[in-house]
Amino acid sequence: MSRPVQYNTKIKIVKMPEGYSGEGFFSTSFDKVVGLARANSLWPLPFATSCCGIEFMATMGSNYDLGRFGAERMGFTPRQCDMLLVAGTIAKKMAPILRQVYLQMAEPRWVIAIGACASTGGIFDSYPVLQGIDQVIPVDVYVPGCPPRPEGIIDGILKLQDLVHNESLRRRGSEQYKNLLESYNIQ
Amino acid sequence: MTNELIKQKLTDKFGEQITEWEEPYGMLTFRVPAEQNLKVLQFLYDDETLKFRFLTDLTGVHFPDRKDEELSVVYHLHNLVDNARIRMKVYVPIAAPDVYTASQLFSAANWMERETYDFFGVNFIGHPNLIRILNVDEMDYFPMRKEYPMEDPTRIDKDDEMFGR
Repeated sequence: MSRPVQYNTKIKIVKMPEGYSGEGFFSTSFDKVVGLARANSLWPLPFATSCCGIEFMATMGSNYDLGRFGAERMGFTPRQCDMLLVAGTIAKKMAPILRQVYLQMAEPRWVIAIGACASTGGIFDSYPVLQGIDQVIPVDVYVPGCPPRPEGIIDGILKLQDLVHNESLRRRGSEQYKNLLESYNIQ
Repeated sequence: MTNELIKQKLTDKFGEQITEWEEPYGMLTFRVPAEQNLKVLQFLYDDETLKFRFLTDLTGVHFPDRKDEELSVVYHLHNLVDNARIRMKVYVPIAAPDVYTASQLFSAANWMERETYDFFGVNFIGHPNLIRILNVDEMDYFPMRKEYPMEDPTRIDKDDEMFGR
């Protein structure tokens, strides 16, 4: 007999990492658990300066709902967040501020450049506009588009989740990473 | 308030010093010698019939072909009582772009003169804080002057790989 209340049973759950399980225990590598946790609870910090920011707002809205991917709560302080979303044109005068925001984020931190302007300067091939934010801070994922549709932004975030999921726990202490930060004069 | 009346009053007061009378799209436009700009502005402000007491806009123009008067500063004035508008221009050579500041008369001129300095390099004598306002402080040129190529082939801050060039 069907019940009057229909429960939603089509819930998707993240796959369990590879490991060895027995009665009452499960063992796997630390890397995989940490990666799983980080990738599915990213805290976004929107740095929206123009039209790409509007698309990002749509992404966070109920139609596209970024909350489905574990990035529900936006923090408006860099100290709490680990995913910096730069959406929009960054003027050269804004560059030091963006850099400061990046510096205030705690490790581990990731950056997505949303749209043509944040990635390369876009159509603003002129003296006041920074030609891509990767001139002042390292970028993990570039989302193309002018502006990208919310699907594009979600795709970028899923790509970033892949990166986060598979990132080695030793990466942030590695020589390569230090050299990367040094090339941006950070630390 | 008609253009003829404004013109008549200004001519009575300043005579031949005010030149280049024009009326593009019905808006009275004239040229004032650069060293007379404050006197004319003050007269337009104080006069009981003219009452031009609102500075709508102040900006610069660069005319590379006009010898010894390359830079122009344009004042847009508004009489809010009679809803009349006029445009006043002064010209200065690019080698010595000195104009007296209107910021004592109109507080709005403060930032607008900073902007005009920022983009055209007009030196507003007597301005309380003549520094860049919109561009980065380190900039060492005046970007709106018509002396730069449309695209600089030697620039290094554009990543050509991204554009397939």
